[in-house]
Amino acid sequence: MIAPEFFYAALVIAIGGLISVFRAIAGPTVPDRVVGVDTLNTIVVALMVLLGAAYDRTIYIDIAIVYALLSFIGTLIIARYLQGGLR
Amino acid sequence: MSWVYYTICTFLTINVIFNMLGSIALIRFPDVYTRLHGATKCTTFGTIFAVLAVMTHGLYRLHVTGDPKYLQMALHSFVALIALLLTNPVGAHAIAKAAHLSGVKPAKAVVDAYEEKLGGEEE
Repeated sequence: MIAPEFFYAALVIAIGGLISVFRAIAGPTVPDRVVGVDTLNTIVVALMVLLGAAYDRTIYIDIAIVYALLSFIGTLIIARYLQGGLR
Repeated sequence: MSWVYYTICTFLTINVIFNMLGSIALIRFPDVYTRLHGATKCTTFGTIFAVLAVMTHGLYRLHVTGDPKYLQMALHSFVALIALLLTNPVGAHAIAKAAHLSGVKPAKAVVDAYEEKLGGEEE
C-alpha cells in the first residue's frame, strides 16, 4: 500500500455504506429500499476508485466504470417495475 | 511531496464529509423524496472529489516515476466520474417518478403540484 490516506478515506465511506444498507433493510416502503440501494451503488463506486488508488491496482477503477453503468440499468428497471410499466 | 499531499488530503476530506452527510440524510429525513434529495446530491458531490483526489495522485505519480500505469489510473477514474455524473441524476428522477406513481405521497407536503398536473391531464 503506497498511499494509506486513500485507504482511511475508504474506511470512513464504508461506514456510510453500512448506513445505506440499514435503510435498504429497514425502509418502510419499497421506494425507500430502492433509495438505499442507489446510495449504496454510488458509495461502492467511490470506494472502488479509492481502493484502486490505495492498493495501486488500476483494474479496480475499470470495475468501478462497469459497476456504475450496470447499477444505473438496475435502478431504471426497478423504477419502471414500481410505476407499473412504461407510462 | 508537500503541497500535492495537502491537496489530496483536502479533496479526501471533502469527499468523506459529503458522503457521510449523504448517509446521515438517509436516516434523518422523514420520507422517500427528501431522502432521495439528500443522498443523491451529497454522494454525487463527494464522489467528484474522490475522483479528483485519485486523479491528482495519479498525475503526480506519473510525474515522479514516469510509469504509464498512473496515467491510465487518472484517465480511467475520470471516465468513471463521467459515467457516474451521467447516470446518477437520471436514476434519481426515475426513482422519484416511480415512487409518486406507485402511491407514496410526501410526508408533510402542503401542495403537490405533480398530482395536480397528472389530474389535470388524464382525468
